This record gives sequence, C-alpha cells and structure tokens, in this order.
Amino acid sequence: MLSLLRPAITLFILLTILTGLAYPAAITALAHAFFPGQAAGSLLVVGDKPVGSRLIGQNFADPKYFWGRPSATSPQPYNAQASGGSNLGPLNPALADAVKGRIDALRAADPSAPLPVPADLVTASASGLDPDISPKAARYQIHRIAAARHVPEERLEELVARHTEGRQWGLFGEPRINVLELNVALDALH
Amino acid sequence: MTPHAWTLLALFLALLLALVGPLGRYIADVMEGKSPVLRFGGAVERVVYRTCGVRSETEMGWLSYALAVLLFNGLGALAVFGLQRLQQWLPLNPQAMANVSPDSAFNTAVSFVTNTNWQGYSGESTLSYLTQMLGLTVQNFLSAATGIVVVIALIRGFARHTARSIGNAWVDLTRVTLYVLLPLSVLFSLFLVSQGAIQNFEGYKAVTTLEVTKYDNPKVDATGQPVKDDKGNPVTDPASTQTQTLPMGPVASQEAIKMLGTNGGGFFNANSAHPYENPTPLANFVQMLSIFIIPGALCLAFGRMVGDARQGWAVLAAMTLMFVVMAVFAMHFEQQANPLLSHLGVDPAAGNMEGKETRFGIADSGLFATITTLASCGAVNAMHDSFMPLGGLVPLWNMMLGEVVFGGVGSGLYGMLVFAIMAVFVAGLMIGRTPEYLGKKIEAYEMKMVSIAILVTPLLALAGTAAAVRMADGIAGIANPGAHGFTEILYAFTSSANNNGSAFAGLSANTPFYNVATAIAMWFGRFGVIVPVLALAGSLAAKKRLAPTGGTMPTHGPLFIVLLIGTVLLVGALNYVPALALGPVVEHLMLFAAH
Repeated sequence: MLSLLRPAITLFILLTILTGLAYPAAITALAHAFFPGQAAGSLLVVGDKPVGSRLIGQNFADPKYFWGRPSATSPQPYNAQASGGSNLGPLNPALADAVKGRIDALRAADPSAPLPVPADLVTASASGLDPDISPKAARYQIHRIAAARHVPEERLEELVARHTEGRQWGLFGEPRINVLELNVALDALH
Repeated sequence: MTPHAWTLLALFLALLLALVGPLGRYIADVMEGKSPVLRFGGAVERVVYRTCGVRSETEMGWLSYALAVLLFNGLGALAVFGLQRLQQWLPLNPQAMANVSPDSAFNTAVSFVTNTNWQGYSGESTLSYLTQMLGLTVQNFLSAATGIVVVIALIRGFARHTARSIGNAWVDLTRVTLYVLLPLSVLFSLFLVSQGAIQNFEGYKAVTTLEVTKYDNPKVDATGQPVKDDKGNPVTDPASTQTQTLPMGPVASQEAIKMLGTNGGGFFNANSAHPYENPTPLANFVQMLSIFIIPGALCLAFGRMVGDARQGWAVLAAMTLMFVVMAVFAMHFEQQANPLLSHLGVDPAAGNMEGKETRFGIADSGLFATITTLASCGAVNAMHDSFMPLGGLVPLWNMMLGEVVFGGVGSGLYGMLVFAIMAVFVAGLMIGRTPEYLGKKIEAYEMKMVSIAILVTPLLALAGTAAAVRMADGIAGIANPGAHGFTEILYAFTSSANNNGSAFAGLSANTPFYNVATAIAMWFGRFGVIVPVLALAGSLAAKKRLAPTGGTMPTHGPLFIVLLIGTVLLVGALNYVPALALGPVVEHLMLFAAH
C-alpha cells in the first residue's frame, strides 16, 4: 500500500498540471490565435457598442420586436447567469397554464393571430437562452410587427427570408432564425 | 420519425462505424506498447516514471492494480473537494464565487471522480474557473482514463494465460491520458471553438440589451428565505433590467473531454443545451459522435488484443443493434405532440418542443438523449424531465441496462464483457457443459464476481429510490406532481448508481439528503463494479487457455449476439420493470387515456 502511495500522489500531481493547467492554457492560446471572436463569446456589436451575443438570446415582449422562445430562467427570463429549462413534466398543469398564458399574450398583441400557434413560440427552451426561433414562428409574428411599426408586411417577409438559416450543411439540426440579429436588422430598417 | 431523423441516424451510424476501426487499432497498440507514437512520447514517459518512482516494466497483480486505482481516485476526490472548499481564496475566480457547501462539494467530488458527473450545483453561479479546470477538467480526464485502464486489464485477463499480472496501473493511466485522451481533446476543443464555444479567462460581460425586461422579483427575508403570502405563494416585487450578464470561462477545453470521456458534467447548468457549450447543430452532431467513439473503438481494441477481431465486432454489433432500436423509440416518442397542449391550440406538427432548443429540434435532441444515456455520459442537449412519458422512459431504460450498450469509456465494455460471461454461463447451463469464453473456463469464482458486478447497481438504484420516497427529505425535492414526481426520484438514483449523471432536473437535488445519498450510490456504483471486474481479470489471467473443440460455443456469430442482447435485456427488465410501471408507464396512460 505504502509503495503505491508515492506514485499515486506524484502521478496525480503531474497529470493534474498537464490536463488542468497546461491543456486549458494551450487551448485558450490557440483559440485566441485562430478564432478570437468565437472564443470571446460571439459578441454582436452595433455601432461600437456590444448589444449582446449572437449565441445568447434576449427577452423580447414589445409588439414591435420579434419574440423569441419563452425562457424559464429566474428571476428574469433570459438570465444568462442561471441557464436552464422549466423541467415541467408533460402532464403538469403548470405547463398547460404557462402555455395558455403565452398563447393569450400572442393573441392579445395581435387579435388576428390564428391558431394553431407554432410550438417553439409557446414552449420554454432547454437552456432558457435559445437564440433562435423557427421560420414558422417568425412568420407568425409578421402581421403584428408590421402593424406596430407601420411597415409593409412584404418588407418583413423579405427580412425573415434573408435571416433564415437552413439545416447546417443541409443535414444537421433544424432551420432557424437568430432573433437578436433579426431584431437588430428590424431596427435598422428605418 | 421524419425523413430528417432517419438521415441523421444513418449518417451517425456510418461515421461511427468508419471511425471506430482505426481508433480501436490505435488504442490496442498504445496499450500493448507497440504503437510508433510511443517512441515520440518515450522521453516524456521516462521523466514521468522517474519522478513517480515507477518501474514501468514491473507489472502488478489484480489486487495491487485495484489498490492503485482506488488510491489514485481517492486522491482525486480529495483534491476536487478541497478546491471547492477553498476556491474563494484561490486565484482565477473573477466572479468571486464563495466556497461551496460541504455536502455539495462532497457530492460533486464523488460525482466527477466516478465519471458520473451528476450536478447538484449550477456551474455558472457556483464554481471558479480554477475549480472548473484544476478540479473538474482534470477528473474528466482521469476518471475516463481509469475506466479505460480497467477494461484493458480485463482484456489482458482474457488475452494472457497462466499469468500472475494484468499490467502496470501507472503506465496504463499515463499512456491513456497522453496518447489517447489528450490529443483527441485538443482537436475536438478547437473544433468546438470554431463553432462558437467560448474559451477565455475573462470576467462575465455585462451588455445592454435591446429591450428592457420587466419581471417579478421574488422577495426574500433577512435570512435569504423566500417570503410567502397566506396561501403559500411567493411574494414578488415588480422589477426591470436592461442588462444581461454573459458568463465566460475556459469552456471548450472542458467540453471536449466532457464528451470524449463520457463524463457529461457541463460547465454551465444547461449543459450541452447551452449555446456556449454546444453552439451549432454540427457541433451537436460531433458531440454525439465523440460520446460513442471511444466506447465503440474499445470493442475493436478488445478483439485485436485477444487475437480475434471477430470477437470485438460481435460485441459492437450487439451494442449497435440495441442502440438503433432505442434511438428510433426516442425520436418517435418526442415527435409526438403533447395532447394537452394541442388542445390549447399549439401546432402538433412540431412535436414536443418543451425543454428543447430550436437549433436541435426533435430528431437531434432525441438522438442525443439516447446516446448520452446508453453511454454513461449524461450530458444533455434537451431537458429529459420535459420529455413525453415514453420519450423519457427511453433514457431511463437505457441507464437501467447497466450502461453497457457502448456505455462509459472502459466501463461500458467491461460491463458488457461481464454480461458476455453471464451469457455463456446461461448457455452452458442449457446444454450442460462447463461454460467457456475466449478459451477461459468460467467457474464459481468468476460467476461470483460477475454476479456482484451485475447486481450492485440495481440494488443501489432501487434501494435508494425506495428509501427516498419513504422519507420527507426525499419527497421534498419533487418538482412535478403525480407519477412524474416518482420518476424524478427513480431517475436520480438510476443515473447516479449507473454513473450516468443526467437528470430529470426538476428534482431539487442540491440538499444534504440528496447530496449524500446520490454520492453513496455513485461511489459504490463505480468501485463496487471495478473491484470485482479486476478480480475477474486476475483470475482469468491465471487460467490456462483451452483450445476450442467441437462442443465450444462460438462467441463471434449471430447466435451469440442474440444471446448477449437477450441477457442484457432480461436482466434489465427483471430488475426494473415494476419501477418503470409505477412511473412513466402510468403517466403515459394518464396523458393519453384521460385526454
């Protein structure tokens, strides 16, 4: 047992230095050399000031903006320091109540909004920070935003189409639209 | 199942099967000391061994090997515990995170050392960068290395005959880390950064958002407890903010080994659902591959080391068949819409999107959930707690199979080889012959070790669940009412005993009760299997190798594959079907029968 103690302690220390200090430090240096923007958090800069990250969603509730996925973070939605989902089970009445509240809010902001509602627009994301919505969910909101901003719907449709990303490499994931980028572009329309 | 889901599954299988061959050969050659890369690393290795006082050519018997592994892992647990308890006074803590409570620090230390990576805490609001790197990233490597060296020792037990030793634990741990885990992690972490995973040591960044967010802020009293009104509802104050604080940190370097080592403990609370951990669908696809690649490659390394490649392919085939069936189930059930929500006017075509990310959708989330729970990874890119009842049954059932279908790095294959011995034993009983596997006679001692290794995890999972549902501290953690609440507890103990680490995360598990109870399940679920497996390795190595005769059952053909699958499924079903019936099955019937 004692003869095992010295190698155990020494090897543990050596491998800790290698994998816990040298490795992350080397990756950080390489990341900054090759992918500085990504390594620093994919910040979205408008003018000269960062308005957020392309990868981290923000809360939108004003009728003149595209709304993103509902976020279950607390205390406020899209709290980037407390990522997580609602963890509500499918049969939990709290889930149905929350979804009903979101459908009502969408239809209060635009009484002509039809049913059914795109699912991603009324269900909470896994991270609470989902930056994207589906193209369907974006188009669903065009009527409301056009009315709030007094812009023709065609211009918004064109904007949505321009911001739609297909499946990555045509193979992976789902088609999506980055809500923050879309809303920044929306503000730039005028 | 949508056409996209089928394409995804087919592409995943094709790439996986193409990659495991070369990697398996490489791992086998490294562990047998034959690979040419050993010449490059030779100088480094010699320095390491001299510093440690290790004579690399001296091998160990199984008992020394087991003691070495236990000692090495015990030290790791102490280090992770200590770092968390002292982080407030240590460097690389830009957010001034406080020291972690003793019960949570204990749970996390055991969790990362046992390759479980169950997380009772929330990373972005609890741990300093130093703790994440020097504590967690290190254990992501070393617990993975531990799993691999144990299976290599077991394989040597089959490959050798009349031998007293099964290898040198220090040399094995060093080689796995240097030549297998580290190079793969470097490549993978740079790929992840290219996709958008962050990698820096900066403090969190506050940005001004486009819109002001209005919300209800829960009131807390002087002691930090939430204030409640007469009806027990929390009292809130209206509040607003236009600031979003973006978390930062050395994420990609930890993310890479988190997946490759089937660890699964996220830098952030949302794990692989977090855009800074898993930014794009392509990153997600490669993360899925990286979970299975080493467990798959080890099957073929096994075939190579025992001198019969077909043996490795047979085990891999059994795993792959079970994987495909479970993946189809998960993607199918999650594509279903929740009838309660469809009734309210939600479009049913999109499937169950609660707790899923838009960029991944149903197929990429369902496949990920299957992979992460079959391999004892436990990373999640969608919240399993919000899966449909049968969609959530799939990950739960996957863990109940004992994490042997691919399974954790090393642990999956040693678990599967234990089942293979069980399978030949059952077959031997049926035809009245002494069972043999790979020329080794399976006798009473081996069957005792096999029985311990197979029974220890269901015992921990079921006894833990039974205790928790009978105790106020256990019930207190439940987040969802009814059968789902029971499933949350069952999932927690199944996940910890099988060293998976994923959760039905609604369960409030960061309490002294759950921190201690799940830590016990994790520790014994890990080392209660490793020790009998090493004993098995020692006893097999000492045996003579028998030449196959006309009466020997071949263990590389379809018959054996079916027998192996049957054994795994039967043991899993016998252990867990009653518990499953009380949880997800009841919930499914309530959801679809009543509505």
